[in-house]
Amino acid sequence: MTNNIDNIVPWQNPLIYLLAFSSGFCIMGIELLGGRILAPFFGSSVHIWGSIITVFMLSLSLGYLAGGKLSTSAASLNRYGLIFIFAGIAVLPVAFFAPWLMEAIFLAIEDSRYGSLVASMALFFIPTVILGMISPYSVRLLVTDKNSSGQVAGKLYFVSTLGSALGTIITSFYLVLWFEVNDIIIVFSATLMLLGVCAIVFNRLNSSAANGLSDTSKTQGVVHE
Amino acid sequence: MNKLTCSLLLAIVTNFALSTLLNLSASAEVIHSERSLYRNILVEQSNGLRCLKFNVKSTKTQQSCMLIDDPQQLVFNYTKMLFTSLLINPRPERILIIGLGGGTMSNTLLQIFPQAKITNVEIDPAVIKVARNYFAFFENDNISTVAQDGRIFIKRALLKKQQYDWIILDAFNGDYIPEHLMTQEFLQEAKQLLSANGVLAANTFSVSDLYQYESATYQAVFGNFFNVKQKNSGNRIIIASNKALPTAPTMHATAQALAPVLAKYNVDIIKLSRLMISTATTQDWPQQAELLTDQYSPANLLNLKN
Repeated sequence: MTNNIDNIVPWQNPLIYLLAFSSGFCIMGIELLGGRILAPFFGSSVHIWGSIITVFMLSLSLGYLAGGKLSTSAASLNRYGLIFIFAGIAVLPVAFFAPWLMEAIFLAIEDSRYGSLVASMALFFIPTVILGMISPYSVRLLVTDKNSSGQVAGKLYFVSTLGSALGTIITSFYLVLWFEVNDIIIVFSATLMLLGVCAIVFNRLNSSAANGLSDTSKTQGVVHE
Repeated sequence: MNKLTCSLLLAIVTNFALSTLLNLSASAEVIHSERSLYRNILVEQSNGLRCLKFNVKSTKTQQSCMLIDDPQQLVFNYTKMLFTSLLINPRPERILIIGLGGGTMSNTLLQIFPQAKITNVEIDPAVIKVARNYFAFFENDNISTVAQDGRIFIKRALLKKQQYDWIILDAFNGDYIPEHLMTQEFLQEAKQLLSANGVLAANTFSVSDLYQYESATYQAVFGNFFNVKQKNSGNRIIIASNKALPTAPTMHATAQALAPVLAKYNVDIIKLSRLMISTATTQDWPQQAELLTDQYSPANLLNLKN
């Protein structure tokens, strides 16, 4: 079933690349805004960036592991879309509860190094773990044979890291000049959820189309194998 | 993902290479240079004048200067302009200085108000060390120095219910503005920290698009304030008060009383008082100007636009 989708459906791979690009864009956009969000409570010293980058790296690494594991059973575009929706939801507390959360941490922890580390954890750990799951899961959906797997992974890293680069520069050069921090975060969240819904709808449309054509595709599949 | 780290490293390396190059060609004698966590720190000396600089390339980044034979003299006009705060509160007992530089302001204030408690807050420990070693920065029981981000210091001071009669905000230089020290929320915190008769003096810049945003933000928090500007200088001093601004005759009387004391430090308070322009009479920015907030504070980007 999943193999059929991988091989036959046109536009599925470009969609996955687009989603991976967008997740890269959002991850770095959020990371950059992290400095802005923490500054009122924890200042703008170097250790703020230490805390933020540490938390993002740590969560991404765990996300990679979790995403890879998740992709081993019943991988589907449907579940892939769900990851995006969950990521979008997990980002929202950054916009709605950040000051409240940071104030509690500010009162509890005097040292701004550990304060900023705990605050970064509280705000960014869960969404970034979920966003980290996207890369390995994308590889699972894109790879069709062993020979091209390295190339597919390379192309995926290219697309998602390019997204990260653009997310960094566009957020820091322009978005902060045009919009409020929370508005940008909410747009990132909405984009992730919308893309997730797109993936799910795309999957539905194609599986109903595939059901209509199921006879021909099955015979073709048999012939090729 | 690693792009941020890489570009940061690259920026640091090029910055360092550039400063080393320029060091060699500088005419003044460099008596100390070091690279701290935050910046390049240089101490230069020529013709009996010793200056602290943060970036060699730019001419607008002299932080603090001291006449070696006469350390009490205030060298910069902007430091003298800060004294117009005294026309609102002539006898500050608790003074908070955010942004130490060479510590010259703290030293001078100690001379003028020997009984005052002065707290200096400086984010960069290396700057504190340089102030002590090269600028005769003086500390005793009444004068303390905290190596901390100004915003955090103010938040913690509020929790401890501290109050200050005079807050001097001197954390900006021509190259970089700590954006979280220019927002409405920050100014509200600073205002809460002021005593009933307290006054806040901020050394900032009077050019670029930032002017209107900054002005609108100060007005939203403090109501009307004084602008203190000189013709051929990029600096502007904002003098804001916790209560309504005093009337011209009151300030004139205060200036007369203070003049003899301040003259010793090369501060002509009567002349300076004429530079004070109240925003009640002269509002030189558009009424609908946006505010800087913790949500919207691209101060450095706005400062690029003229």
